[in-house]
Amino acid sequence: MALPQLKADATTARLDGLSLPDGAAWATEARQAALARVTSAGLPHRRDEYWKYTDPASLVQPDAPKASLFHNDEGPLFANRDRVQIVFVDGVFSAEKSSDLAAEGLEIGLLADALATDIHWAKDLYGVLETNGQTPVERPLAALNTAFASAGAVIRVTGKATKPVNLIYLHENTTSDAMIHNVVKVEAGAEMTLLETGPAAARFSKCLEVDVAEGGTFHHVRAQGRDHERRAVTHCFARIAKEATFKSFTLTANGVLTRNECIIDIIGDDAVAHVAGACVGDGSDFHHDDTVFITHDAVNCESRQVFKKVLRNGATGVFQGKILVKEGAQKTDGYQISQSLLLDEDSQFLAKPELEIYADDVACSHGSTSGAIDEDALFYLRSRGVPHKQATDLLTLAFLAEALEEIEDEDLAEDLRARLDNWLARRG
Amino acid sequence: MLEIKNLHVKLEEEDKQILKGVDLEIGAGQVHAIMGPNGSGKSTLSYVLSGKDGYEVTDGAATLDGADLLEMEPEERAAEGLFLAFQYPVEIPGVGNMTFLRTAVNAQRKARGEEEISAGDFLKEVRARAKELKIDADMLKRPVNVGFSGGEKKRNEILQMAMLAPKMCVLDETDSGLDVDAMKLVSEGVNALRNEGRSFLVITHYQRLLDHIKPDVVHIMADGKIIKTGGPELALEVENNGYADLLGETA
Repeated sequence: MALPQLKADATTARLDGLSLPDGAAWATEARQAALARVTSAGLPHRRDEYWKYTDPASLVQPDAPKASLFHNDEGPLFANRDRVQIVFVDGVFSAEKSSDLAAEGLEIGLLADALATDIHWAKDLYGVLETNGQTPVERPLAALNTAFASAGAVIRVTGKATKPVNLIYLHENTTSDAMIHNVVKVEAGAEMTLLETGPAAARFSKCLEVDVAEGGTFHHVRAQGRDHERRAVTHCFARIAKEATFKSFTLTANGVLTRNECIIDIIGDDAVAHVAGACVGDGSDFHHDDTVFITHDAVNCESRQVFKKVLRNGATGVFQGKILVKEGAQKTDGYQISQSLLLDEDSQFLAKPELEIYADDVACSHGSTSGAIDEDALFYLRSRGVPHKQATDLLTLAFLAEALEEIEDEDLAEDLRARLDNWLARRG
Repeated sequence: MLEIKNLHVKLEEEDKQILKGVDLEIGAGQVHAIMGPNGSGKSTLSYVLSGKDGYEVTDGAATLDGADLLEMEPEERAAEGLFLAFQYPVEIPGVGNMTFLRTAVNAQRKARGEEEISAGDFLKEVRARAKELKIDADMLKRPVNVGFSGGEKKRNEILQMAMLAPKMCVLDETDSGLDVDAMKLVSEGVNALRNEGRSFLVITHYQRLLDHIKPDVVHIMADGKIIKTGGPELALEVENNGYADLLGETA
């Protein structure tokens, strides 16, 4: 079916200024196939059902809207943690700012090098998991990323990594339009923690493809930068094999537009996939969207989605979360909760929780709530001498706690809690 | 210590007068009890004193050592030395009991211009106080009141009272939901805190709590007023004859 004219025009306009990067034959093939997915689906439009609550116009338009640079007085996140640092400035790798890319249990390379190599393990994953994630819902912005991204990291996890890898995305140019594509392959029984921090660019498109082989473990902790005017669309495509574990957490503070999609395919028995997020937004120009799609296609697997949003002064939060349990995926334990704390009447939370189940022996639950600060709890705290503002902050952090508890590493969680404390403290 | 004069209170949302001229004076170190049937306004009195929203004072005054309570925010009243032990302590998921206690203690110290308590000193004192109330380490770590039994919640109230060391304690039906053993434990906790500088207002339906926490003065409240004041024997009279006789006397 031909695309509606508006959509076709917008897609053509976006593609006009872009050209496919050079690479090895397989890479070019993967990029051309991705480009074909973009042109056949067309880039998203407000009228698409999947974009009903988030207007993708500024993500689709040819040039990135300007985003002022933001001076972060808190210093770099996770600064006290021993980690491999891979730094990208406005989407361009900086060797100078990065640390040595060697670490025990890890083989780390750059995407550009991998895609220029004739024989590379990334061939089996680059654009492959993204393609799998295009059904049943099309994700053309992810395909656009696969077609044109030339920066990113490729990480093969061969053993138990002794320190985390931190992808650091710096923003130094007010009109930067960055695309980054990362590929991670966790081999059988291997384990790693991936950290992602920073605002990245005025407009940021990021894809992460993660393959977790049998018995492997992948931890992911991400904090999107505090820059108020930045925009980002991110996709995480994960494939989880037998007895493997995938756990992802994202903290978002500020940003005029953030759309985080997480698409997980559980394909092996007894696997675990958790995805969680905490977001704090202040102001009518804050818009944050978590879109999650978890497919259970194996027996006795567990998935959890835990999303919490604190919204004030007219901020908007969106949650679209789905659990799809395929035929035969018996003993599935699926849990999904999305909650917002609305600190005033101008803020809004739009939630679309979905369950689709084709197996008869499963336990799946989902819930979604929106509410204000609990007046009884507030009075209880105040009656003990805790001032109003401090009591409200305490209750706000308590609200977010359930999401933060999804982070296994207590040190990392503590670093994020401190950021949230500061965020609240800055507000009167 | 606490002086309440001609206190009139109505509900903010509806035109319903709850307190219709309460007069009460509690001296330093005294324990007063207020008894009365359901709906007489006992709990309202405790909420109005501690500053809960939803009530409108239409007349009268309440002062604590001369300071006008009704003009203050709830946290200011607490810092001034007022403490309300809740009838239904509130569960606060996500806030650890220890964090809560320490935040409260330090907030009050800060409000009074005192130094914050050190983490070590705080821990030491909490542990000692908790032990007296048979509150185990697990209860201290858990979120405030979440999953606590009725007795545990009330003991947790007394622990807060002990840590905050208020001068005026209002106990709102602290005996409700307690079995005999728990009531004894809670009462011992309260009695341990009695001293010449600290006063108590014990609100209860039943005389049995007053067997454990012996009051100096007993008031009977009905229809928003104190209708009779006497010694401990008044509580026994209620226990034996119910409220009907007393209500009849004044009718």
